[in-house]
Amino acid sequence: MIVVYVETVRGVVAEVSLEAVAFARTLAAAGGGIPVDAVVCGPLGDAGPKELAEAGVRTVLHADTGEFDVFSGAAHARAVLAAREQTRAVVLMGGGTNRGNDVMARVATELDVAMAANVVAFEGLSPFTVTRQVVGGAALEEVRLGSRPAVFSVAGHAVEATPAETAGPATLTPLAVALEPGDLTVQAVSVQPVDTEAAGNLKSARVVVGAGRGAGGPEGFGDALELAELLGGQLGVSRVVTSLGWRPHHEQVGQTGSRISPEVYIPCGISGAIQHWAGCASSKVILAVNTDADAPMMTKATYAVVGDMHEVVPAVNEEIRRRRG
Amino acid sequence: MADVLVCVKRVPDFSGEVLLSDDAQSADARYVGHTLSNHDLCAVETAVQLAAATGGSATVLTVGSADAVEQLRTALGVGCAAAVLVEADPVTLGPADVAREVAAVVADHEASRGASYDLVLLGNDAADSGDFQVGIRLARLLDRPVVTGVQTVTLDGDRATLVSDVAEGRETYRVPTPAVVTVLEGGVEPRYPTITGRMKAKKIPVEERALSAEPVGSGRVRLRVPAPQSSTSTLLGEGPEAAPAVVDLLQQLGVAR
Ligand SMILES: Cc1cc2nc3c(=O)[nH]c(=O)nc-3n(C[C@H](O)[C@H](O)[C@H](O)COP(=O)(O)OP(=O)(O)OC[C@H]3O[C@@H](n4cnc5c(N)ncnc54)[C@H](O)[C@@H]3O)c2cc1C
Ligand SMILES: Nc1ncnc2c1ncn2[C@@H]1O[C@H](COP(=O)(O)O)[C@@H](O)[C@H]1O
Repeated sequence: MIVVYVETVRGVVAEVSLEAVAFARTLAAAGGGIPVDAVVCGPLGDAGPKELAEAGVRTVLHADTGEFDVFSGAAHARAVLAAREQTRAVVLMGGGTNRGNDVMARVATELDVAMAANVVAFEGLSPFTVTRQVVGGAALEEVRLGSRPAVFSVAGHAVEATPAETAGPATLTPLAVALEPGDLTVQAVSVQPVDTEAAGNLKSARVVVGAGRGAGGPEGFGDALELAELLGGQLGVSRVVTSLGWRPHHEQVGQTGSRISPEVYIPCGISGAIQHWAGCASSKVILAVNTDADAPMMTKATYAVVGDMHEVVPAVNEEIRRRRG
Repeated sequence: MADVLVCVKRVPDFSGEVLLSDDAQSADARYVGHTLSNHDLCAVETAVQLAAATGGSATVLTVGSADAVEQLRTALGVGCAAAVLVEADPVTLGPADVAREVAAVVADHEASRGASYDLVLLGNDAADSGDFQVGIRLARLLDRPVVTGVQTVTLDGDRATLVSDVAEGRETYRVPTPAVVTVLEGGVEPRYPTITGRMKAKKIPVEERALSAEPVGSGRVRLRVPAPQSSTSTLLGEGPEAAPAVVDLLQQLGVAR
């Protein structure tokens, strides 16, 4: 039995969770067709069970009492533990988001087993060995998860959320969770979910203009925004940009942001770290602008322009306007 | 008066290529030096600010080689008042080991002072091993609440308000202290040590301790660095002169008129 901790945003199943289920299916197949179950905490919209069925889930264990209306890592972990009891799962896994890592680490701690964060591949069943990202994605670590259950999180956008060959029934079953007194000590008192509509526009955009640390500061995005507008596209940024508060989170592309697949992606001043690449690799054409010709983004792109984004992008904008007359 | 313990990890300072040790068990930092990760620097800054705001004190702790005193000095240089080194070979440690050692120091210090650390701060994830769990394991051992991925911390009596603004949204937590908090970069701007800060730091003795138990390790089989790929891109040009070629391409692809 494999149990996947499935995250939702306003009742909608997160893409990373569907990716984790797809990962679980490859594991299940290697193990001779063991079932994949999902744990969902809190409200789940109507589309949820259908999406999880398409992903091949057998049972959706739903912890939906009032205690789960707001996020508490400890309570969610308790739900995963309850699901493990019920299914006798040998693998417990989630997506490699802030929440996914928080919940899975609590689960592993409670069971006194190891946990591997940001797994990208599984190497073998016995001994159970996985490969995970370390050193900010610059290196990979092969790690043995010797005890049962094996607990890990799957790096965001490292695998695709493909549908299962045969859909599962995804039977919705209430999950009874006996919370302990401390489990609700840490609860969000206010939550402002990311602007999912804006993030949706980014994910479905035909053109995305990217901007990273090379923008230089919060005022450095004007040209990139103008180019996005001229091309009827959206602005996407790196995590450095959102961490520094230069731009809002819904614009982040990458492992812990959106996965985009536009006709053209134009990353400017973005080095192309593995975690950023995870979010933009399925772009049809990538045209990178960077002062460093050897930056990973420049060598992996389809086309490259070596130069300062603050000179190149305005010149491109000017050329587009000139041709339009 | 808040007393804060902040845990930091000595990590290789990788900005370019990552090299591995011959046995592939660790990164080879001989040519790059060592540093603290941004998360840890922000945790130190938060600890120092909280101590200053409340008239309390910040203590910095690391588990690692004797060389990690360099990182303790960095934290002392920006305002931590005391430092602890639990000496161990870092390659042998897993996250459960680090949590156990930190918990042992906390228990010891709290017993001798007769008061708890109001907060234990850590980074959200280590820049090298990226385990995302020492804080959670520590909280369990100390039986204290833990919040991860926090960017700003304010203390109000025996409650802490924690804000994290991450890809999933902005969340605010309020928890009773003592508590454990893991810090994500972005909420505070780490200060640089001043000359006087560095001078003062040199005079502060580092409390040296031995491991409290045999390490269980991390389960690491080996590390691997993906082979560098040769460039597959077509160079369109250099500088603003490339603009016509760029727009030709965009028109060809049907995204620019
Ligand atoms: C668990 C985890 C999850 C992560 N998730 C994400 C994620 O979802 N998304 C993400 O983006 N990152 C993510 N990261 C961070 C990632 O590792 C990188 O740190 C980040 O992508 C780097 O952002 P950047 O390219 O903007 O900055 P840098 O790496 O600093 O690169 C800046 C680039 O700009 C170039 N440059 C500088 N000035 C100019 C100029 N004037 N004109 C043109 N070029 C210029 C430089 O040559 C350089 O290549 C994650 C990291 C971890 C550990
Ligand atoms: N050897 C160590 N000594 C002290 N603190 C550590 C050590 N390893 C990890 N930490 C702390 O735990 C945080 C998270 O590490 P990890 O869970 O390993 O990703 C780091 O940012 C540090 O604050």
